[in-house]
Amino acid sequence: MLAYVVRRIGQFVPTLLGVVLLVFVLFNWIGGDPAYLLAGKMPNPEQIENIRRQLGVDQPYYVQLWIFIQQAATGDFGVSWATNEKVSEIFATRLGPSLTVLVPMLIISTLLALAAAMLVAYLRGSLTDRAIMIGCTVGQAISILVYIIVFQYIFAYQLGWFPVQGWGYGFAENLLSYSALPIIVGVIVSLAPDIRLYRSFFLDEINQEYVRTARAKGLTEARVLWVHVLRNAAIPIVTNVMFQLPGLLAGAFLIERFFSIPGIGREVILAVERSDFPVIKAVTIYVAVATLILNLLADLLYKAVDPRVQLK
Amino acid sequence: MSRGAILPASAIRAESPGLWMLAWRRLCRDRVGLTSLAAVALYCALMLASGAGLLAGDWSKEAGVSYAPPAFMGPDAAFPAVEVAHDAAAQPFTEETGIADPLAEVLTGIRKELAGASEPDSRATTLAFGGDKWGRDVLKKAVKGTETSMLVGIVAALLAVVLGTVFGAQAGYYGGRVDDFFNWLYSVFTSIPYLLLVLAIAAVLNQKGTLTVILILGLTGWTGIFRLVRAEYMKHKVREYVLAADAIGASGARRMFVHIFPNVSHVVLVQLSLHVVLFIKSEVILSFLGFGVGVDTVSWGSMLNEAQTELILGKWWQLVAATAAMAVLVTAFSLFTDALRDALDPQLK
Repeated sequence: MLAYVVRRIGQFVPTLLGVVLLVFVLFNWIGGDPAYLLAGKMPNPEQIENIRRQLGVDQPYYVQLWIFIQQAATGDFGVSWATNEKVSEIFATRLGPSLTVLVPMLIISTLLALAAAMLVAYLRGSLTDRAIMIGCTVGQAISILVYIIVFQYIFAYQLGWFPVQGWGYGFAENLLSYSALPIIVGVIVSLAPDIRLYRSFFLDEINQEYVRTARAKGLTEARVLWVHVLRNAAIPIVTNVMFQLPGLLAGAFLIERFFSIPGIGREVILAVERSDFPVIKAVTIYVAVATLILNLLADLLYKAVDPRVQLK
Repeated sequence: MSRGAILPASAIRAESPGLWMLAWRRLCRDRVGLTSLAAVALYCALMLASGAGLLAGDWSKEAGVSYAPPAFMGPDAAFPAVEVAHDAAAQPFTEETGIADPLAEVLTGIRKELAGASEPDSRATTLAFGGDKWGRDVLKKAVKGTETSMLVGIVAALLAVVLGTVFGAQAGYYGGRVDDFFNWLYSVFTSIPYLLLVLAIAAVLNQKGTLTVILILGLTGWTGIFRLVRAEYMKHKVREYVLAADAIGASGARRMFVHIFPNVSHVVLVQLSLHVVLFIKSEVILSFLGFGVGVDTVSWGSMLNEAQTELILGKWWQLVAATAAMAVLVTAFSLFTDALRDALDPQLK
């Protein structure tokens, strides 16, 4: 077990080097000279020379790459070009609001999707099943943008049940008032694909022999579904949730942008709009590290949930 | 279920139908699949007609008044009032100062010309499905947006599928070092969440345009296809027909793409269909954020961007038009993908 973890962490190194190289090629090579971007509308050669020296882009590529590798290894990516704030501090302060929205969203959507998927798997082939499946397909076809725009307009702007956007100071205020509508939108958007996926996981299990055995020995249908089937279907579900996590962290940027939540996703969009390269570089590396760690955790969890799994 | 009934009957005949013929027959029996195929074909025809300039060629013409309501709602009651106010503002104000304006005649001429260019009666007060801020026909914009979004989705999906198939074929067929290299590339690309990678590349390129969006989506979206194609090639390369091809001296590339590829092409086709949907959705988000298609191109994403502010003014038609156009296509395409998968791979259910 320990040997496995050590070996997996050893495998992180080439992957992370690859990510660093990819980001470097993108930003330092294809991205062109950032000095022209920073010098503003009326650059003079002296200014540009100055900026180039400050950023280190007057150095040869291998020196720049080495600087970037050092930055990635220490997690210190310097300061934002737009606000001069330290990049590491930007992320430290933006993580809280992101998690305030994401954690409840993930928990609620997973539980709701589980219950709904179990229901449609139990009623498989019936009219309810088909209606919900068609509803999911259509629901998935509508862009997340439309959900956000319409929900914000109806529930916040027209009915005034929630604040239209913004962020407060206290945790309770943020969670209960400002995060409520973003969480609802997030849950509704992720519900349709999750129900479809979990239904297929349940259906894979429901036709297994052990289910027939459980029924044959006289267990109630509820016990068969919620104990026997759920435990076995939990394996792919847990993996799926774990794999979703890193994408969620950056992927909630649309919700954060619309509702003006000062989270990581909004920071990414702002950085892209301002061509704030240090912030984008940093978030890419940070999220890549998080993804690798979460993938490893998912595999370990997989083993914990299902002892038959061989880690190799 | 139907497979058991079909196979023996067709096996008796001297010439048994091929995989594609069988798949087509299965698809024909699937009512949902056929309907969705018809819808997708209709959209493709719309895209081609719009691309050839037969439809919505004049989408950028300011055909109606600003925010012209849909025809079934009748003209906006507030509209004449606005027009009167405009007329009052256009009156010359030389009398107020008492000094004769030396440029008065020229100005009146210019004013007349300006008024003539945007003469109120040349602009319709209602449009088929309403107008946007500049009075452009929303329905025509939706058609044009369909062209942009579908073009991006299909071309980007083709690019991603070609990349994924070529990489997957190399990795799965050769194994060893080649496999290690492509797996490394795969792990690098998948360790960055998809949309983050797309945004990072958009930030670097910093230029809008349909081609840019296609490149961004195509170059980042190949990973899932790579994984599947690689597994298929690993399965197929040890089969007897490949060994036989090897024995008669077929080259590596020939074995990969002439012998094995037709046998895995059904996987690739389903993936192509899946990725068109994925990329259409991504394009909408990119264009909405302003990192997508250029300002002179209309896409569903840029329509939704305009619709966001319009909704607060109560002008809902652009939002509905873009949403409906997209929802119908994506639903039809998703259902078609499911039907295609069932038809091509009847064991999977």
